[in-house]
Amino acid sequence: MPAIEVEHLTKTYGSARGIQDISFSIERGEIMGFLGPNGSGKTTTMRILTCFFPPTGGSARICGHDILEDPFSVRRSVGYLPESVPLYRDMTVADYLGFFAGIKGIPRRARAAAAAEVMERCGLERHARRMIGMLSKGFRQRVGIAQAMLGSPEVLILDEPTVGLDPRQIAEIRDLIKSLGGSRTVILSTHILPEVSMTCDRVIIMYEGRLLAVDTPANLVQRIQALPRLYIEADAPADGLAAALIRVDGVRAVDPAPGQSGSSAACILETEPGAAVTNDVARCVCEQGWTLRSLGPASMTLEEIFIRLIDEQEGRA
Amino acid sequence: MTMLTILSKELRSYFSSLIAYVVIAMFLIVAGYSFYTYLVMFLTFVGADLKVGLWQYTFHYLRFAPLTLIPLLTMRLFAEEKKMGTIELLFTAPVRDLDIILGKYCACLLVYGLMLALTLLYPALIALYFSVEPGPLLACYLGLLLLGAACIACGTFVSSLTENQIVASIVTVAVLLTLWNLDWNEGVAGRQAVAVLHQISLSEHFLNFIKGVIDTDSVVYYLSLVFFFLFLTRCSLATRTWGLK
Repeated sequence: MPAIEVEHLTKTYGSARGIQDISFSIERGEIMGFLGPNGSGKTTTMRILTCFFPPTGGSARICGHDILEDPFSVRRSVGYLPESVPLYRDMTVADYLGFFAGIKGIPRRARAAAAAEVMERCGLERHARRMIGMLSKGFRQRVGIAQAMLGSPEVLILDEPTVGLDPRQIAEIRDLIKSLGGSRTVILSTHILPEVSMTCDRVIIMYEGRLLAVDTPANLVQRIQALPRLYIEADAPADGLAAALIRVDGVRAVDPAPGQSGSSAACILETEPGAAVTNDVARCVCEQGWTLRSLGPASMTLEEIFIRLIDEQEGRA
Repeated sequence: MTMLTILSKELRSYFSSLIAYVVIAMFLIVAGYSFYTYLVMFLTFVGADLKVGLWQYTFHYLRFAPLTLIPLLTMRLFAEEKKMGTIELLFTAPVRDLDIILGKYCACLLVYGLMLALTLLYPALIALYFSVEPGPLLACYLGLLLLGAACIACGTFVSSLTENQIVASIVTVAVLLTLWNLDWNEGVAGRQAVAVLHQISLSEHFLNFIKGVIDTDSVVYYLSLVFFFLFLTRCSLATRTWGLK
């Protein structure tokens, strides 16, 4: 039985659309990433799965419990970190975790031990007696994750667990989440592409309330890069560079791109699939007497990936 | 069980955030001064009935506590959680809405009860020199406690409607004063209307208690107000499931 099964989930807010016909399933022990820009429906989906509010249509089961028929069992098996990382700032870390241990139904005697366990897991032991309001953003984030982990729920739902952290903290949180994989089912949302490929077993890509793709990060990258694109930067007049490159065999389109320095011009080249044009492009630039500064595969922004996937889907339909 | 967890957390946050100390201190200053003033008045105009009259005057004055101080205690109950987003954690934890409401309500009631208990010093002082009849005094305290219980329920409800604590306290004061003054328009309202207004206004029932009368009607009235407002609070929390957010 999958840990999470979602079927045709829909949520509308008045006339505004939240999410539309979302279906997927997540196996036990899997780390699933929700990837999408702001407003794509990630938080709405998570709030439905945590029984914060019910869907307008469709159904979902968590560990076999239906979110509408048995919300209490669902809540018991889910640990949740909302995007805003809500905390009682006037409480100490230990008191805060002790309070939520009580809320989650852990017997009074076991609460301190449960709090100590998650504090150790999240590296908070030395801060147990500190006021949450006095902690840095990174530690507050850990308190939020520790709260979600209290009582060892089978499913963890983390809404943007690394947002606003510095790179070192992001790496630490990422390691923490990875260490949960296998034993717990984890859903985490993000709008940062590398984060998903580093942490998640599979990715759900959402855009404007729709589910665009469910796949492993490696497969997604392959699908997206089926159409190769090159980034080139050279000391050349912008118009001249574009005009010269479009004449190279195998180049389908040339889009101007912002260059790294003021004196150089840069372009993104869309090339024919399967064509090896790198040498020709380099030769073309050198023949013109321009200095080649950079030439390599173009990285895609998240927006471009979404547009790609939408095109792909609509082309198929 | 979870209700007790919430109750003790609320109590702790009342005292750790100083709100409880400030409100209780303000109350004791004003209450102490009014008690002193009335006591001096009764001692000066010898012949007045100290046993009932002093309490009647003092407690009539003490109505300011539920009407103006309770909104300061209740304003944070839900508004603060909504503002900080912690309400989302409570709503997604295995807790019933009713446990959340009762935990918060009872915590506030306990703070209010403590506030009233501190004024027991006045009858204790009087008892050193005069005999104090417990009956009328008990009625006075019961009246003030029940009035407070109703006001706290009202404040809890209003706090569940907004995430702005200031708005919550102002609206609560307005609602409570309106409920208090409801039967003051005897001159213009028809006789039947006044009879109804008497029944539903906060003041009429309270006056019974401070005269030393414990009327079942009045007890039932205040308790029904408590149920009514707590029921409304529950409905207000349930609106999240309507998708309005």
